[in-house]
Amino acid sequence: MSVRERYDTELATLNNKIVELGQFAQSALRDSLTALDNRDIEKSLLIMDEDIKANRIEEEINDLAILLIAKQQPVATDLRRIIVAIKIAADLERIADFAVNIAKSTIRIGNDSFVSSIDNVHKMYDITEEMIELVLEAYNDEDVVKAKRIAELDDGVDELYGETIKNLLSTSAAQPEKIGQITQLSFVCRYLERAADHVTNISENIFYLVKGKRYDLNK
Amino acid sequence: MTTIVKPEVKTAEKETVKKNKSSVYKTEQLNLWYGSNHALKNIDLDIKENEVTAIIGPSGCGKSTYIKTLNRMIETIPSVKTSGVINYRDKNIFDKEYQVEELRTKVGMVFQKPNPFPKSIYDNIAYGPRIHGIKNKKILDQIVEKSLRGAAIWDEVKDRLGENAYGLSGGQQQRICIARCLAIEPDVILMDEPTSALDPISTLKVEELVQDLKKDYSIIIVTHNMQQAARISDKTAFFLNGEVVEFDETDKIFSNPSDERTEDYISGRFG
Repeated sequence: MSVRERYDTELATLNNKIVELGQFAQSALRDSLTALDNRDIEKSLLIMDEDIKANRIEEEINDLAILLIAKQQPVATDLRRIIVAIKIAADLERIADFAVNIAKSTIRIGNDSFVSSIDNVHKMYDITEEMIELVLEAYNDEDVVKAKRIAELDDGVDELYGETIKNLLSTSAAQPEKIGQITQLSFVCRYLERAADHVTNISENIFYLVKGKRYDLNK
Repeated sequence: MTTIVKPEVKTAEKETVKKNKSSVYKTEQLNLWYGSNHALKNIDLDIKENEVTAIIGPSGCGKSTYIKTLNRMIETIPSVKTSGVINYRDKNIFDKEYQVEELRTKVGMVFQKPNPFPKSIYDNIAYGPRIHGIKNKKILDQIVEKSLRGAAIWDEVKDRLGENAYGLSGGQQQRICIARCLAIEPDVILMDEPTSALDPISTLKVEELVQDLKKDYSIIIVTHNMQQAARISDKTAFFLNGEVVEFDETDKIFSNPSDERTEDYISGRFG
């Protein structure tokens, strides 16, 4: 049994809050894609409203981390765990922001039918979703093998992003009157690609937490 | 085109549930002199029940003097003069008719160095209750077990209650002293640097114990280890040159103190 039970409990709370924020970001992103599919403006507005929760959880994580550092004199893995929690919280909060950005794009697209299939957007989302799922598991289990897998998945998102943007550009040449929608769809792709990059950042931090060394997985 | 209304982001309001705890000790305008040396100056402190209140400050700031005033132990020094009021549960302990013996049964004290009696572990704990007239062996057994459990040392000593307490390690002796204090079922426990003679692990054990004890007792702890105050207390008072510079929630003191002198002290810039 640990001598410092309360300290351990507080560290566990920090972990739980990270997972809570992660799940929030994950579901916000999922909802933003569903809203895009259905061009559901109500739902998009709701996603924007709810984002305040992500900000709040991030603030709670930061406050808790500051108090832990000020009051418990953490060292070694404990110290890394706290620093990493602050960074991961920022990445997760950013991912939740991308859900808001996608919601805004959905609102701007309005009720127009899509100029082309958005299958690739879905493919990008599916991989990003898998990455978030995996990164939360990797964080919880402190599993660097899973964290490594995320970097590989991110390459897939990057490839799809390049391809999709190219397609959208050629569509815009053929249907210049749809430039508004095409721009918004390009933004959506960009947000998903960025979200996946943030997940990769989190993986790097998991490596740092477990190994105490820095790895660049975004190459 | 639909206009996008950006949701207003408010700063998360901290949900601080403030229970109306009663005060155990209310100190008002306390002054204390050792001869001509003005050691405590206009101290105002409101100490709440079921909390750990830490008193920190550099050597000679008056923190030990203050805690010894709370059970009137300070009166054993002949040159001491006091003025002001210390209300313990709404009664001024300096009143002429106040029974100091009664105060001391309600207010236990643990000192810097473990000071068990040169007796068996059992007799150390049973000492107080026996003085208070408890003779029944069964009741004494119960008190001894309850107190030792309360001080988180029962499992370590239950098979050798008859052995001399001096045979225990420093950390164990200190917990025996805490158990001895619990045996008289006090209301308040005063601790004067209770871990400064202990190794780090024993220190952490005593710190965990303090946190457990606050459920049933109010604890006032003097410590020159400010990290300890940070780890275990709910409120912290920072004493300097006989004055209270700052008294606030420990979270606040150690993350964002109001007074620059507090910040300098806790960040190790003086003292």
